[in-house]
Amino acid sequence: MRMRANTAIGGALMALVLGAAVTAAFWTPFDPLRVNLRARLQPPSSLYWLGTDEFGRDVLSRVMAGAATSVVVALLTVALAIAVGVMVGVVTGYLRGWTDRIIMAVNDALLAFPGILLALAVMIVVGANKFGLVLALGLAYIPSVARVVRGTVLSIREKEYIEASRVIGNSELYSMLRHVLPNAVAPVAVLATSMFGWVLLAESALSFLGLGVPPPAPTWGNMLAASRPYMESAVWLGMAPGLCIALTLLGINLLGDSLRDRLDPRMAHG
Amino acid sequence: MTAPLLTVENLRIDAVRTGARVVDDVSFAIARGEFLAVVGESGSGKTAAARALLGLLPTGLLRTGGQIVLDGEDLTTASPKRMRALRGPAVGMVFQEPMVSLNPAISIGAQMAEGLALHERISRREIRRRCLDMLARVQIRDPESTFDAYPHEFSGGMRQRIMLASVMLLKPKLLIADEPTTALDTLTQREVLDLMVALARDHGTSVMLITHNLGLVARYAQRAVVLRQGRLIETGGASQILSAPREAYTRQLVEALPRRGISSARQAKSEPLVSVRALKVEFGGRQRLFRRAAGVSAVNGVDLDIGAGETVAVVGGSGSGKTTLGRAMLRLVLAAGGEIRFRGKEVTTRPDREFRLASQLVFQDPYSSLDPRMRVGEIVAEPLRHVPELTSAERDRRVEAMLEEVGLAGFGQRWPHELSGGQRQRIAIARAIVRRPSFVVADEPVSALDMTIQAQVLRLFERLQAQYGFACLFISHDLAAVEQVADRVVVMQSGRIVEQGARDDIFDRPQHDYTKALLAAAPVLDFSGPASLQASG
Repeated sequence: MRMRANTAIGGALMALVLGAAVTAAFWTPFDPLRVNLRARLQPPSSLYWLGTDEFGRDVLSRVMAGAATSVVVALLTVALAIAVGVMVGVVTGYLRGWTDRIIMAVNDALLAFPGILLALAVMIVVGANKFGLVLALGLAYIPSVARVVRGTVLSIREKEYIEASRVIGNSELYSMLRHVLPNAVAPVAVLATSMFGWVLLAESALSFLGLGVPPPAPTWGNMLAASRPYMESAVWLGMAPGLCIALTLLGINLLGDSLRDRLDPRMAHG
Repeated sequence: MTAPLLTVENLRIDAVRTGARVVDDVSFAIARGEFLAVVGESGSGKTAAARALLGLLPTGLLRTGGQIVLDGEDLTTASPKRMRALRGPAVGMVFQEPMVSLNPAISIGAQMAEGLALHERISRREIRRRCLDMLARVQIRDPESTFDAYPHEFSGGMRQRIMLASVMLLKPKLLIADEPTTALDTLTQREVLDLMVALARDHGTSVMLITHNLGLVARYAQRAVVLRQGRLIETGGASQILSAPREAYTRQLVEALPRRGISSARQAKSEPLVSVRALKVEFGGRQRLFRRAAGVSAVNGVDLDIGAGETVAVVGGSGSGKTTLGRAMLRLVLAAGGEIRFRGKEVTTRPDREFRLASQLVFQDPYSSLDPRMRVGEIVAEPLRHVPELTSAERDRRVEAMLEEVGLAGFGQRWPHELSGGQRQRIAIARAIVRRPSFVVADEPVSALDMTIQAQVLRLFERLQAQYGFACLFISHDLAAVEQVADRVVVMQSGRIVEQGARDDIFDRPQHDYTKALLAAAPVLDFSGPASLQASG
């Protein structure tokens, strides 16, 4: 029963966010980039549903347009980090030995830097744009994914069904893909959903430092960052993107949970 | 005749969520100083009944009826506070798994002292003295240093003794022991139980031993209660129940005990299928860039021949190297020295495809040997990947036939977690046999299973072996199972073979002291005499 509620609420929230993002590509109430200095910092009204910002731009339009950028950036980043991280983790965890030690030494060195610092460095090199952001944040999160996956793989490879696979005569690569990987899905799914949240927030941090997606293009992160000086005089400016981030996180976490349960044969029938 | 120490009347326990009845209308009594065995297979409700006595039912189970009277006091109406006061001084419990029942972060002494400090008003010095006395009583060699040591420094048998010591410190009137020796090997099992009986006698403690091992019932219990699926099947004197069971189920249990089969005692005239010379396996001494200190040798110079179609059993206590020997013969653990020949061909150092495809392994624990994310059919089909001449239709047919062979026809679409332990072990056997191997290593294949299931699986294994004629290395500490299936027996102690020979020779005329000790410790029902019943030894 609980699983179904999770799926429904998570799905509804994500549908809302993705729907807004898709709609924004064709239509928004106002042009999200149009400056109207006569309508600066207007509170929510029947004309501007979520109010206007310091340049008189419609917040609802910007939130919708920002959804596309923010969600796409977050999804691509998580996908990149998971893909590379899982690969590194499975290879090192399964092969162990010197491969493991060398790769993990590099990995741990990277892990020692705060992710945001790493992302900053990469952003400076590749330049501030959408794909630079994906690359920078993706690289910053790979080490922690690799760590988690390696640990999971280390415990799975000691299971007797892996030994059974070896006795059958399966190659190491086959055992890894057929037996180890599917059993490592649960922790990866949990990690991916929580990482989605970190990425949304990291994007706003980078925007705050002027290294995110450059203005005037809206993202939730740079809207949040830009709202800071008006925290007291125009609350709605920060509330709108903040709530969007929170609801998206809730949606993706609920969906992630139900996905993980769905993928596990022990839960699916329980 | 005084009133019994404990009477349980019409005890009923239900599972809250499903409403299933776990214990259904069970009544029994234990007299003072009596040793009662509660016998049953998994799902019989024996553990739930015992936990209800302590008021420690796991969440999800609820006592819904009946009375539990201990020493004149009705426990079903006692307050939680009163129950806490009774746990320890009145009723003590020893659990099955000694590896996890002691807190690894607290020293032995502190754990033992906990109970005394809680229930008795005595000084710290007095507590320490009594703990040390008790440790000495359970034959711990150096009580002083044990007191300050931590659980991980001890073996399973030692931990179980420590557990027993800490429970008996409070001189409980009733000791509940829930499968206390199931995780231990035969020799240790005997030591721990002998000690338990002696301690109980010292303090006049009644013992309620929960077990599935009828041999233990025969050796230790005065009376026995047989449970099945929550119902009381039979109760009576232990020897009466075992020698003249009244109920069909009890008879079935007694008959499920393995007994000596007909030995095929073939003379290995031709070249052996697998032969091992001076095999050595070491742990921890692997060569890396910088040499490490010499490792521990788990197998130390073993010579062994196994003929085609022959069953050779390897017996020995834990740590004797029998499991490592089996793993090494399949090249799952690399040998540090010696050689392995398969059909006369050297296979020790380099991987040999023919040997790999012709050899298989059946594991002890059916719960971890099947990939939880594969369906049963896929699991059984997997070895056939390496039989390229099969078409996929033939493969499916072979899998279906194999499943039928192990009595699980039509289970192909199920998941492993939907199956019972016995069913899983059948699947594991099917996976091992499906490629028609010529050599199978079976590592304690039945020791994780219930007794009637054990009998079924052993029979299945024997039938398949007769049918397909594979040779088998049968690793076990269960001498009864070995007696049933083995042609030859090899006895191992600390990595060496101390005795080997035909099964009947080993069982009837053991030469080595260690073999004799193993046989004496084995709780075997002896049916040879005219309706006589005694523990052999």
